[in-house]
Amino acid sequence: MTAPGPFAFCLRLLRRQLLLAVRRPIEIGNPLLFFAMVVALFPLGLGPAPGQLASFAPGILWIIALLSNLLTSDAVFRSDFDDGSLEQLLLSPQPLYLSVLAYIAAHWLITGLLLALVSPLFALMLNLPSAAIGSLVASLLLGTAVLSLLGGIGAALTVGLKRGGMLISLLILPLYMPVLIFGSAAVKAAVTGAPVGPYLALLGAMLSLAIALAPMAIAAGLRISIDA
Amino acid sequence: MSPAAPLLAVESLSLERGGRELFRGLSFEVHAGHLFQVEGANGAGKTSLLRILCGLSRYGFSGKVSRHAPLLYLGHHSGVKGLLTPRENLALHVSGLGSHSDQQIEAALAQVGLFGYEDVPSHTLSAGQHRRVNLARLYLSDCPLWLLDEPFTAIDKTGIAELEALLVKHVENGGAVVMTSHQTLQVSYEVRFLSLLEGVVL
Repeated sequence: MTAPGPFAFCLRLLRRQLLLAVRRPIEIGNPLLFFAMVVALFPLGLGPAPGQLASFAPGILWIIALLSNLLTSDAVFRSDFDDGSLEQLLLSPQPLYLSVLAYIAAHWLITGLLLALVSPLFALMLNLPSAAIGSLVASLLLGTAVLSLLGGIGAALTVGLKRGGMLISLLILPLYMPVLIFGSAAVKAAVTGAPVGPYLALLGAMLSLAIALAPMAIAAGLRISIDA
Repeated sequence: MSPAAPLLAVESLSLERGGRELFRGLSFEVHAGHLFQVEGANGAGKTSLLRILCGLSRYGFSGKVSRHAPLLYLGHHSGVKGLLTPRENLALHVSGLGSHSDQQIEAALAQVGLFGYEDVPSHTLSAGQHRRVNLARLYLSDCPLWLLDEPFTAIDKTGIAELEALLVKHVENGGAVVMTSHQTLQVSYEVRFLSLLEGVVL
């Protein structure tokens, strides 16, 4: 018997997390339903004038994507903490940096990726110009990955608390702000015909930075939470 | 590593929790072939001790713990996912200690009496069977040092006898076990007791 290599182990964790998610489809469906419901609220609150909705659409879509990401990030480590799997993960001889990256990747695949893929539908509901839809999807793909990584830090720090849901919002919403600013700016730029590339490049830079640093913070947060 | 080197060495370990001193000046070495049973009343600090030994607790105690061998820790929580089948639980286990073939996993599950339950969702199993899925990891393990926190919880009499036999086999083959239990081990092997009442090795 040999221990798996770090990357093989990462893939194993990814498979485990995805399998768990598929066995509970409601966890995958919830953020999408949340997205649909909140999008439907805006025409009721702002009035159904198509021009007005279209001008708010980039910000609206991005804020909802951010909130639905926030809602799910609390659960990334929760069940593993409750049933003792997290202890076993921390005792594992495998590098924790890569292990938590696998957890976050699984979280992004079942929330951010799906949100980005269905976002054109919601964009049409808000009358976003079709020229901006490509930028919306691209900015959401990059941006939600950053959000998942940042959310993981909050999740790791609050996993030991019985009701960490509110605290996690306070902890990580400030960190979400730059992503929101550049994400919605990318979509607005596409609406006005300005170049989108710089905004996407900035989001990509944030993603690179988050991939490099967030797993370390998550790993440290998990060790603190398990120790407490 | 020379054969005489300990798998685990503890030097003057002291722990306080909530204003109470649970143990003080605890020093012992775990060598290959040792079977340790940690004794103590509820709240005496048995679980805390094991969490310090395995490295989950890193702060709040004084003293030195040196680990010289890969270890397997089974805690209070089984870490068995109800949504996964016993086979998946073992094949995709987060501990990352080994890759096991399907045959090895089937054999291990058969050893703990779960033959025929390999592919049912674990949440349909009873509490004892749930624990047994976790205990199957012992049959798959090649870690020399086992730290077991109440491994007999919810296990029936025959299961306990089989587990005791496994523990003896493990220590006879050069492994070592540190376990907590309120039960007296029914084994024909020298059991070393670590009593947390006096804080000394008896």
